[in-house]
Amino acid sequence: MALAGRAALRWGARLPSPGPAAAPLCRPAWLPAACGRPYSSRGKEEIDMSTYPVESIRNFSIIAHVDHGKSTLADRLLEITGTISKTDHNKQVLDKLQVERERGITVKAQSASLFYNHEGINYLLSLIDTPGHVDFSYEVSRSLSACQGVILVVDANEGIQAQTVANFYLAFEAQLSIIPVINKIDLKNADPERVEKQIEKLFDIPTDECIRISAKQGTNVEKVLQKVIEKIPPPQCNTADPLKALVFDSTFDHYRGVVANIALFGGEIAKGHKIVSAHTKKRYEVNEVGILTPNEQPTHKLYAGQVGYLIAGMKEVTEAQIGDTLFLYKQPVEPLPGFKSVKPMVFAGMYPVDQTEYNNLKSALERLTLNDSSVTVHRDSSLALGAGWRLGFLGLLHMEVFNQRLEQEYNMSVILTAPTVPYKAVLSSAKLIKEYGKDQITIINPAQFPDKLSVSEYLEPIVLGTIVTPHEYIGKIITLCQDRRAVQKDLLYIDENRVMLKYLFPLNEIVVDFYDALKSLSSGYARDKAYAAGKLLCEHLKETIPRQLFEIAIQAAIGKKIIARETLKPYRKNVVAKCYGGDITRRMKLLRRQAEGKRLMRKIGNVEVPRDAFIRVLKRETDK
Amino acid sequence: MHWPGDAPPGNGVARDEGMAVPHTPRARSGPTAASAAPTATSTRTWCRRWTRRPCAPAWCGRHRPCSASARCTGACAGWAQGGCWALPCPPAASHPLPHSVTSVFFGGGTPSLASPGTVAAVLEAVAGAAHLPAGAEVTLEANPSSASASVLDGFRAAGVNRLSIGVQSLDDAELRMLGREHTAAEARKAVEAARGLFPGRTSIDLLFGLPGQSRDAWAQRLEATLRLCDDHISLYQLTLERGTALAAQVRAGALPAPPQDLLADMYHTARNVLGAAGFRHYEVSNFARKGALSTHNLSYWRAEQYIGVGPGAHGRFVLRAEGGCSREARVQTPEPVAWMREVQSQGHGTRSRAVLSPLEQLEELLTLGLRTDEGITHERWGHFSPQLNLQAVFGEPGEARALQQEGWLVLDSGGLRCTWAGLAVLDSLLPALLWQLQRVLGAARCPPRGAPAEERAGGGARGL
Repeated sequence: MALAGRAALRWGARLPSPGPAAAPLCRPAWLPAACGRPYSSRGKEEIDMSTYPVESIRNFSIIAHVDHGKSTLADRLLEITGTISKTDHNKQVLDKLQVERERGITVKAQSASLFYNHEGINYLLSLIDTPGHVDFSYEVSRSLSACQGVILVVDANEGIQAQTVANFYLAFEAQLSIIPVINKIDLKNADPERVEKQIEKLFDIPTDECIRISAKQGTNVEKVLQKVIEKIPPPQCNTADPLKALVFDSTFDHYRGVVANIALFGGEIAKGHKIVSAHTKKRYEVNEVGILTPNEQPTHKLYAGQVGYLIAGMKEVTEAQIGDTLFLYKQPVEPLPGFKSVKPMVFAGMYPVDQTEYNNLKSALERLTLNDSSVTVHRDSSLALGAGWRLGFLGLLHMEVFNQRLEQEYNMSVILTAPTVPYKAVLSSAKLIKEYGKDQITIINPAQFPDKLSVSEYLEPIVLGTIVTPHEYIGKIITLCQDRRAVQKDLLYIDENRVMLKYLFPLNEIVVDFYDALKSLSSGYARDKAYAAGKLLCEHLKETIPRQLFEIAIQAAIGKKIIARETLKPYRKNVVAKCYGGDITRRMKLLRRQAEGKRLMRKIGNVEVPRDAFIRVLKRETDK
Repeated sequence: MHWPGDAPPGNGVARDEGMAVPHTPRARSGPTAASAAPTATSTRTWCRRWTRRPCAPAWCGRHRPCSASARCTGACAGWAQGGCWALPCPPAASHPLPHSVTSVFFGGGTPSLASPGTVAAVLEAVAGAAHLPAGAEVTLEANPSSASASVLDGFRAAGVNRLSIGVQSLDDAELRMLGREHTAAEARKAVEAARGLFPGRTSIDLLFGLPGQSRDAWAQRLEATLRLCDDHISLYQLTLERGTALAAQVRAGALPAPPQDLLADMYHTARNVLGAAGFRHYEVSNFARKGALSTHNLSYWRAEQYIGVGPGAHGRFVLRAEGGCSREARVQTPEPVAWMREVQSQGHGTRSRAVLSPLEQLEELLTLGLRTDEGITHERWGHFSPQLNLQAVFGEPGEARALQQEGWLVLDSGGLRCTWAGLAVLDSLLPALLWQLQRVLGAARCPPRGAPAEERAGGGARGL
C-alpha cells in the first residue's frame, strides 16, 4: 500500500462556502548540496561538444517508485557507457548525500552525460536523475522539462505503486516518450507478466513494449540504452537561435559559488558570455561551462540540446532558482514556462536543545540554507523552548532530511516542533486589514492564527493523493480518507486484486493532526479530536517529565480554555536507604552525573524538564 | 565460598561494605597466615571497615603541624569458622597509622560466624598499634541464626561491646521471601540474648517495603519491633538490586512492586511511631534513643577518617606520615582470593588510591552530612573549606536558597541540614546542591575535580 501526492496543490476553501479557491500552489525546488565535486576532471582533455549535434542527443530521466531500483539502473548505465569504471563499489553513484545513501532515497537530482556508440553513431545521452519523493515533485517536473523521454522503472515483485502512477502522469502530461522497464526480474517472487498487464491497463502501454531487466545483475540493461536512442526523440532546438537555457538544478560550492545545472533549448554558451536571469534580471559573466560525467568536466562550449553545468559568479542559490531561464545579455527570449517560486508547505519550529547553542545553530542553519534555498527561515520564540526559528519545508521528508543533515553535517541537535501547514485567512475586520495592509494573509505559525470573528474565510492547502492498495483494505482506506476530509476523485482496479484510489486531501490532514486545536477555534467540528489530542500530549509529557518535589499540573489548552489535564505527583520519598563509607564512591559518581544533568535541564518556571522531553513527545506525535 | 549462614548474594539486601580490618602487615610471620586465610567468598562483603577517628589535633594540621606519631598496626582476619590468624605488625614509622582509634566495626557477611578468638586477635593488634580507648565502640554484625547467648558471650569477652543484629523482619513469611535462614522466633531469641549481654548497645536491622507488604502489616511489624528492641534501630527500605532472585520475581510480575506512595507512607509511619517512642531519627535510616547512636557510623556521615581493611573495603584518610596533607580515597582489591594474595606478596591489599580534590571532599561531605539530623555544621565545613564558608556557598541566591524557601533545607547558625520533609527526598535535593557547589567553587577557581592521578598502588604504596 502506498500513498503519493501530486503537484496539484491548491488552496481549498474551508469556511462557509467553497469560494473561488483555486489559486494554484507549487512545490518549488529544493537545492541541497554539500556534495563536494572533485576537480580532478579539470586536467582532462576538453571534449569538443560541437561534435554532438542535436540529432545525436538524447535527454532522458529515470522515474520510479521509491526503492524500485532507479539509482541502481543509473549505476549500470554509467558503467556500460564507460562513464564510471565497473566495480563492486558503484552503489547509487548519483546519490551523494549521506542521508540519501542511508535512507536509500534520492533527494537531489544528479545528472550525468553518457557517450554511447550505436550503429556507428556517437550519441550524447544525458541522464537526469530525479528525486523519488513527493516532496520534491516540483524538482521532478523541472528535471523532466529538460528531457524528451523517461525510463519508467517498475519493480517486478511489487508492481505499480503510488509513486509510479504520480510520476507517470508527470511524464505523460509533459508529453515525454515513455520506456517501461520491469526491474528486479532476478527476484524469486518476480511476476513481470502481472506487472506488464498492470502497465497496459493503467498506462495503456502494450505489454510487448516493456523491457524486463535486472539492474542489479545487468541483465538487458544494454537493451534499455538502445531503446532510449530509438524511442526518445532528440530535443527540438537550434544552435542558431539565441541562447535559452533552463536551470533545472543548482548546488553551492564554497569556493566557486553557485553551480547551476542547465539544459540548452537554443543557442550556445561559452566562457565569457554575458547572461541574464529571466527571474531576477541579474546579469552575470560565465566563468565556466561543462558537462557532468557525473563529476564536473569543463568544456569549451555547450550547444543547443545539450545538458551541463554553468558557473557564473552567482553567490547564492536563490540566484539560480530551479525553473529559471537564462539568456544572453541584450538578447532576451521568452522565458520557459513552468517557473514557480519557492513555497514551503510544511512549517515547524526549530529550537536549540540548549540556549547556549543558539549562535552555533544559527550559523549551521545559515550554511545549510545556503545550499537549500527552498527552506524558509523566520525567527521565532517560545515560552517553553526559548529562542528559535520557524522553518518552512517542502514536505515532511524534506524536513526530516534537513534535520538529519544538521545532525550529520553540523553535529547539531535540535528540538523540532510538530509540523503544521500554512493557512490563509480572508480578513473581514477592517482593523486587521489595515494592520496587514491586505485582506488575505498567510499564517505559518499557529500562534498567529487570527480569531474567527475577524475572518470571513479560512483557506487551506489541498493535495491530490494517489493510493495503490490490495483490494482487501479498500473499505478501511475509504473510511480513513473520509475521516481525513478527503474527496474521492478516482477508484480503479489495476489488476484483479490491486486498487488505485485518488483523493483530494487537505494537506494538514496528511501532514499532522496538530491543527485540530486551531480548527476548533473556527468551528466546533474538531472539538472531540482536540480533546483526544490534548489528552494524549498531556499523558506523554507526564511520562517524560520526571517526578519532582512538588505537584505538576500538565494542561493542554486551546486559547484560554483548558481541554485536558494530567497531574504529576511529587516525590514523597526519594532517598537511598543505605549509605555508609563503602559505597560512597559509586554513589558520588551517580550524583555527579545527575548534577551535570541539571545543566542540561530546561527550567520552565521552577519545573525541570529533561532536554529531550519535548523531542520525545513531539516524536511520538509524528509517529502516530 | 559462602559464609555459612551468609545471606546469599542474590537476596538483594546484602550490605555493600568492605570489611575492615586495619591495615595488613607488611612483614608476615608464620605459615598459618596463608593456610588460615579465607579461601574465597562469593561476595565482597565478608569484611567490613574499621574506623580510626582522627584525634582532632592530628586531623587538622593547622592546630598541630603534622603528627609523625600516627601509628597503626593491624591484622587481617577472616571470619572463617575455625580458622583465624592475626599477626602483629611491627609499627613502622613510615606507615600511615592513626594516633588513636575511636571505633571498630566488624561487618559485612556474617562476622558472627567467626570465632571470638579472631575478633580478640584483631582488637589486640589494633590496640597494640594505636591508642584504643577502653570505652571505644566495638561493633559486631550478627545474624540471628548464629547469635546464641553463648556465642555472643564469647564475643563480649573478646572485646565487642555493641551488637548489630540482622533481624530484617519479624514475620516468617517475609523472612522466607527475603531468603533468610532464620525464623522470627530465632530473631526474637537472639535479640533478647543480645540485650542481656549488651544492654543499651544492641541494634536491630529491619526492612520495609517488601513486595506485597501492606501499611497495616508494616504498622504491626513496627509495634512488634518496639516491644522487642533495645535503643537502636536501623530501618531500611528494601532495594531490589539487579540480578537478585527477588528483583527477578518482581520484574517478571510474580511479586508486586511496592508503589512509591506506599513506601513513602511506610517511611513516614515509622518516623512517627519511633519518634513517639522516644527515638531520635539521627540519620535517614537510623533511629536511637538514650543517646545510643552508632559512633562508628556517624564518623562516615561526618566525613571523618576511616580505614577499610578487607576485600573491597573503602577508606578515606589523610596520609600525614608520608608528609601528605590530602585526603585520599582508597579501595582494596575486591576479589577475596586476589586480595589475600596481594596481602601476602605486597603486604597490603590496596587496589587504588586517589587523592580527593577539595571539591570532591566537599561533595562527599555534603552528600553524607545531609543524611543526619545535625546536618553539616559550620565547623565541619570549615575543616574542608577554610576559604568559602557555608553561607558563601549556599547562602547566596541559587538552588539552595530556593530549596530553603520551599521548606526542604535549613541554613542557620547550626549549619546546613534537611528539614523533616527534606530528609525523605534528599536524593532530589542533592543534584541541585552539588551543581551549585561545583559552580561556586569553579567561580572561586578551585582546582578541577579528579586532579591528581589515580594510581594502582604498587609495591611502595602503603597498604591500607
